[in-house]
Amino acid sequence: MSKTINPVAGYENQIDSAYDHNPNDAHHAGDHHDEGPKVTLGFWIYLMSDCILFASIFATYAVLKGNTAGGPNGREIFDLPYVAVETALLLISSLTYGLAMISMEANKLKAVIGWLAVTALCGLGFMGMEIHEFIKLIEEGAGPDRSAFLSAFFTLVGTHGLHVTSGLIWMGVMFVHLFKRGLTPANRIRLMSLSLFWHFLDIIWIGVFTIVYLMGAA
Amino acid sequence: MSTPDNAKPRKARSPHAKPVDTDQTHAEVAHHDAHHDTAGHGTVKSYVIGFILSVILTAIPFGLTMAHMMPAATLIPVVVAIGVVQILVHLYFFLHMNTSSSQTWNNSAFIFTVLIVGILVIGSLWVMYHLNTNMMPGMMPVE
Repeated sequence: MSKTINPVAGYENQIDSAYDHNPNDAHHAGDHHDEGPKVTLGFWIYLMSDCILFASIFATYAVLKGNTAGGPNGREIFDLPYVAVETALLLISSLTYGLAMISMEANKLKAVIGWLAVTALCGLGFMGMEIHEFIKLIEEGAGPDRSAFLSAFFTLVGTHGLHVTSGLIWMGVMFVHLFKRGLTPANRIRLMSLSLFWHFLDIIWIGVFTIVYLMGAA
Repeated sequence: MSTPDNAKPRKARSPHAKPVDTDQTHAEVAHHDAHHDTAGHGTVKSYVIGFILSVILTAIPFGLTMAHMMPAATLIPVVVAIGVVQILVHLYFFLHMNTSSSQTWNNSAFIFTVLIVGILVIGSLWVMYHLNTNMMPGMMPVE
């Protein structure tokens, strides 16, 4: 496949990249080198738009924070040691995903799957803790229907949780891709995009624990 | 953001790779590329440094808040400042953002997003604060 100036042909090249190729297929090796950065830039722009989604929800939370309608405020319902453990799980999962990426560069498929599994376990632990926190709050009568503050709290933390859940589903799909085809160029691009997504969620969580939990308990 | 970082070396190398036709050389080039990626994706050391920094930057605000040592008016700016530093640490060590020319597009998208987020968050708070102070029923002049 030679590069042409025809934009349609260029588009076909991109479509072609959607198929998995054996990395040892040397004739294709050259053609894929331009695809990764393009896909990654596109994914980066998606993440930036997601940032704006979170910014809107953060702004809503900040505006409604004081509107407790006689219900509990942040200081009464937030359990900081519990949140610290959640934070630790996400931080560890960022490190283990980084190690998965390093294993990918070293072409160690088993290590990639192993680190990815540790990452997924941390993510599952985080989601388990968050769901438990939500159930506890709702049972205590501090559900999203109690006050504007709690609606905003559940929306913000819940949206982050939904993103983490999507990341976990994506990881599940990633395992299937890796088991079936190994570290093909397409799978490397997928791992790279998931890496950006996962680290991005950790950054959003920094905003959540700072603005919601720490400032709420201060 | 490491893959765009690799774009430059790859593109720079392709003129050397293209004229050679043997499979072996292609494989060699591919291997060399894969090797080069390691620098862009960070190393075990850079991930561990980033991890240790973020553990410290998480522990400090949690510790300060749980100890109740300072009033909220002092604590909140401190906690927010540490949070911003931690976000920068994550962007640099985990998302591999830097100022290299191959990252121009990522960085301009990022700066644009920061601008929009700033307008959105600061603007909302500003407008709603003024609405609260100026239009609360209690604040209305009683005739």
